[in-house]
Amino acid sequence: MNTGYFFPHRHILGIDHLSREDILYILDTAESFKEISARPIKKVPTLRGHTIINLFFEPSTRTRLSFEVAAKRMSADTFNISASTSSATKGETLIDTARNISAMHPDIIIIRHSFSGAPHMLARYVDAAVINAGDGAHEHPSQGLLDMMTVKEHKGRLHDLKVAIVGDILHSRVAHSAIQGFTRMGSSVQVYGPSTLIPKGLEQLGARVCTSLEEVVRDADIVMTLRIQKERQNDPLLPSFREYSRQFGVTKQLMGLAKPDALVMHPGPVNRGVELMPEVADSSQSVILNQVTNGVAVRMALLYLVMGNG
Amino acid sequence: MNRSWWIKNGRLIDPANKVDDQGDLYIVDGRICPPDSEVDRAQLEVIDAAGCLVTPGLIDMHVHLREPGQEYKEDIVSGARAAASGGFTAVACMPNTRPVNDSSAVCAMIRQQARGAAARVYPVAAISKGSRGEELAEFGELRDAGAVAVSDDGLPVHDSQLMRRAMEYASDFGLAVIAHCEDPALASGVMNEGEVATRLGLKGIPTAAESIMVYREIALAEFTGKRVHIAHVSTAMSVDLIRAAKARGVAVSAETAPHYFTLTDQAVDGYQTNAKMNPPLRSEADRQAVIQGLQDGTLDAIATDHAPHSSLEKETEFDAAAFGIIGLETALPLSLELVRQGVISESRLVELLAVNPARILGVEGGSLSPGAVADLTIIKPDDRFVYTAAAIVSKSHNTPFLDRTLEGRAQLTMVAGELKFSRQAR
Ligand SMILES: [Zn+2]
Repeated sequence: MNTGYFFPHRHILGIDHLSREDILYILDTAESFKEISARPIKKVPTLRGHTIINLFFEPSTRTRLSFEVAAKRMSADTFNISASTSSATKGETLIDTARNISAMHPDIIIIRHSFSGAPHMLARYVDAAVINAGDGAHEHPSQGLLDMMTVKEHKGRLHDLKVAIVGDILHSRVAHSAIQGFTRMGSSVQVYGPSTLIPKGLEQLGARVCTSLEEVVRDADIVMTLRIQKERQNDPLLPSFREYSRQFGVTKQLMGLAKPDALVMHPGPVNRGVELMPEVADSSQSVILNQVTNGVAVRMALLYLVMGNG
Repeated sequence: MNRSWWIKNGRLIDPANKVDDQGDLYIVDGRICPPDSEVDRAQLEVIDAAGCLVTPGLIDMHVHLREPGQEYKEDIVSGARAAASGGFTAVACMPNTRPVNDSSAVCAMIRQQARGAAARVYPVAAISKGSRGEELAEFGELRDAGAVAVSDDGLPVHDSQLMRRAMEYASDFGLAVIAHCEDPALASGVMNEGEVATRLGLKGIPTAAESIMVYREIALAEFTGKRVHIAHVSTAMSVDLIRAAKARGVAVSAETAPHYFTLTDQAVDGYQTNAKMNPPLRSEADRQAVIQGLQDGTLDAIATDHAPHSSLEKETEFDAAAFGIIGLETALPLSLELVRQGVISESRLVELLAVNPARILGVEGGSLSPGAVADLTIIKPDDRFVYTAAAIVSKSHNTPFLDRTLEGRAQLTMVAGELKFSRQAR
């Protein structure tokens, strides 16, 4: 690792505030932790005595589990507070919850919330380090980082790659973090999806909006599909899954337009046969399970770094 | 209480009489005296207005005073005090109180509370009963109880037929119909739809949500031959639509708020809940178009949309935060900024903040004509100050201009010759 560099962030709220150097440092750190998960005894004492709270206001199995595994492999004490058991249902405000939790002196709070910016607010009210595990349609930085780690492993670089993202860009914090991350590292990002799911101003964020599936996938190094939801808050975004899969689903045939060694990625869980056909999800090009493995390593790195170990 | 004054050495700005001159103003028994009248000056109390503008009392035609029902945010007395310290001698308060002001009882209660307050308070009554957008409220009775206009502000009238009938029926009572223009289905987001919203992951409100409704009101006013007033214009397209309608002779008038010509949606960055309002802060192109509209006469008035909220509603996640900001104490310095930039003259400023609001609402004031009621404001245009929380007069502090250095503010206000606010005395 490069000397003379100090990881400058107390909180991980989004990829948007991470520099190129920060990202490489996180990925290098994650790489060095990855080996721990391959050991017979998958535990190091690095964060022994540290308290980590998983504060999840939105249901999540995968991300929460991944953070918990990461924390336990570093010997931290973890506590899970989920929306059903948390005070949110009792009308307590996020600030009250934050102050209450803060009074118990946790070292790290990992928060997922359906409101964009909730982790930013939390960070203003607690002494602990805050890691954003997904906020509304804003960002999901650990996902963006594990995506980059997976690409770097397979491609040996993060620059000069053509990254295609297909699906619901409007509501996808995964897409927003990926766009920020890959463009910052010097790759190009192009997106495609039904026009109802393409937000305004993507060009200013550095992504090119394509007009067909063929265009977005052609010569791509990476094809990332996103989980689709048919309807959100009575907003008629799509007529049916059936139509989505026929018009916007990524098929084996379509993948023929991408580079021969293109990677297929998905943040999970996959709607098989809707946004991604099973033969593509399970093909040799698919790195979906590598993403899951790397997720633990990236999250170990983040826990390690926000504790001032950078 | 003394109601006779000799205001010396000020610069009188009275666009209704095409006056912009250094001069003295005499007020006897709460009315403005002709300059050549025989006044016993010894009986007058002197106010030195050197370096100041002397203008008709400023009128804010769009405020929310929260009384009855949400007095922890503001009440009529505190709101009137904030108005006076901001240079306003009169405000028109919107009916979205609890209960909604759709009855003579609420109008009467507001006027009762406003007695002896620091500014005149004109009730704006609801267009529809309970502002539910279903049945017309009783405009005649509301007018008789003191309402000067009708509006379902905050809850845009969804039903076009109801809006048409409101314009027609309101004309029988000389009431202005004030339209809050946002298509409810399109306006379900929390900030302007655009690059900033996408970056922050916040749900957008398209400019079309406003423009569609502005055009609907224009079409209805044009068809019925009745008048309509468009509240808080925020988009370039709305300005264009109003400009074209006026050119065709449609009886449409319009206001904008200082935040729309001062800020853009960039102010939301960092999830600033004090930059969240309805309609939302827009793009730079929209801001420029609003300024153009103020300059060329398309927009008739500057109104604050003063919308007090406590920290309960604002110190929260952006999605959960209430819409609206306070504005009574910042409108004047922010508007004077347009004068300093050479965009508008002092006379135009007074048209926007006094003459036209008085005309649209049909209330007294708006001029320094001999015999007119002595509602006036003395403004020190180069008074620089930091707008701190401690200095805020309103009960609520929800403003994006907190801790900003502002320039120009009221030194004194007078209502019917009665001193209502004096900065020296405070
Ligand atoms: Zn309104």
